[in-house]
Amino acid sequence: MALTLDDVRRVAQLARLRQNDAQAQAMLEELNRIFALIGEMQAVDTSAVAAMSHPRDVAQRLRPDRVTETDRRDALLALAPLSEAGLYLVPKVIE
Amino acid sequence: MTWETVIGLEVHVQLSTRSKIFSGAATAFGAEPNTQACEVDVALPGVLPVLNAAVVEKAVRFGLAVGSTINRRSIFARKNYFYPDLPKGYQISQYEIPVVQHGSIDIVLGDVTKTVRLTRAHLEEDAGKSLHEDFHGMSGIDLNRAGTPLLEIVSEPDMRSAAEAVAYAKALHALVRWLDICDGNMQEGSFRMDANVSVRPAGASALGTRCEIKNLNSFRFLERAIDYEVKRQIDLIAAGGSVRQETRLYDPERDETRAMRSKEDAHDYRYFPDPDLLPLEISEAFLAELGASMPELPAQKRERFTTEYALSAYDANLLTASRELADYFERAAAGLTGQGPKLAANWINGALAAKLNEAAADIGASTITPRALRALIERIADGTVSSKIARDVFDAMWAGEGDADSIIERRGLRQISDGGALERLVEEVIAANGAQVADYRAGKAKAFNALVGQVMKASKGKANPQQVNDILRRKLT
Repeated sequence: MALTLDDVRRVAQLARLRQNDAQAQAMLEELNRIFALIGEMQAVDTSAVAAMSHPRDVAQRLRPDRVTETDRRDALLALAPLSEAGLYLVPKVIE
Repeated sequence: MTWETVIGLEVHVQLSTRSKIFSGAATAFGAEPNTQACEVDVALPGVLPVLNAAVVEKAVRFGLAVGSTINRRSIFARKNYFYPDLPKGYQISQYEIPVVQHGSIDIVLGDVTKTVRLTRAHLEEDAGKSLHEDFHGMSGIDLNRAGTPLLEIVSEPDMRSAAEAVAYAKALHALVRWLDICDGNMQEGSFRMDANVSVRPAGASALGTRCEIKNLNSFRFLERAIDYEVKRQIDLIAAGGSVRQETRLYDPERDETRAMRSKEDAHDYRYFPDPDLLPLEISEAFLAELGASMPELPAQKRERFTTEYALSAYDANLLTASRELADYFERAAAGLTGQGPKLAANWINGALAAKLNEAAADIGASTITPRALRALIERIADGTVSSKIARDVFDAMWAGEGDADSIIERRGLRQISDGGALERLVEEVIAANGAQVADYRAGKAKAFNALVGQVMKASKGKANPQQVNDILRRKLT
């Protein structure tokens, strides 16, 4: 399977990446090489192998339902470019 | 042409935990903005999510209650989209393998019971909240809600009317509260519904194109949004058009649904397994432990109420609307025999429900304890007061005037069952109502009831109606 330039533009848009034509062309070639590798891996017969969702074969550790974090709002808000009235300020986006 | 409506619901149930699904920040409602959003919730680089055990327990309890398959191994996925109240740029959810799969919920509509199948229930985190008031043309972001645990419960498209959708939503709402996994507070967003609605010609087997109506937070809006949407789709098709698959919002003020302004690719979420989280494994021991601690479920209790207390299906259904109400009934009915439990059900579903309704309160706010109600029912059963007088006693009890016995004594409401006293009353009434006595003797049956009424009136309602009947009939023949 090979990607087209349109696929690359669409993925870039979904990922909020701006690319010029030369960058998109270069990205297309790089992605197509990755897809070739994926194609090779998909050719391997894995019918007898259980699916693996994580490279480490252990289960998720759980934590007890306790509130352990205290209010650090001021320190965290200070990291943001803009804040007011205890809120992070961002350009207006209304869906 | 006749049309068939097809509805499936997706319900976001906020799980009632103290801390968030992947962090130790508090989930309490109504805190000052961003005071319950820690480093994990605001997605600082390098932080890692750690799953809350209570979230898993509550999801599994739900699965057990609806006869689901509990997947022993489920995985978390990233659902990617950009929005300012989602700081990571993805929501942690479950995609391919959710913790709960299949199962069903029975809904009762009148005399008909219908089974709605469930597709799945998966765990995910909630997003933050955007405030679009005027911050110099910008939006304010409150991340207190970010990371709040949600169980998204997805039904099959098994409902055929808005009424069925509402019945399902109500049954689900009652169940999650019954299981104590969600507080069910709809104003605070603890139970939010999305409805997938389509129409097709009656008899067709293929589904029509569906629209998803998002974020309905009341049963009334759910019903109205579906009614509007069904009509819109039918009108559109009847006019030669076709339904476009899209997400719509319901506007309660205009009572209509509107297409959300969103790009066509908005739903390309590019799910992939979250490398920050290992697979969730549920052990046999954990399942067995939870299974053993499950409460009696509404359907089981309904069944038991009809057999153990000889209640009608209707009464049993009303009494199992909540665990608190069912418990109230069982405490009130404890030790009552014969018609006692049926009387208790009638008083709870009738007079008490009316008082609570008037006060817009639930059973927890009843000023009459189950034991006090039982004492009143015992006085009806042993003939101390008539059902009619008992209503006055009940009102006085509700108003806080004391227990049934003291009110009956203080107000002199004891039913007159003394034969001699009743005979005298009947004789007085016969003497004073010659015309009606003559009517009755001339064959007018109605006149008899009028005379009974006179005796009851003369006794201020305290005469035993059955005895009055007997005495009057004897004296008039």
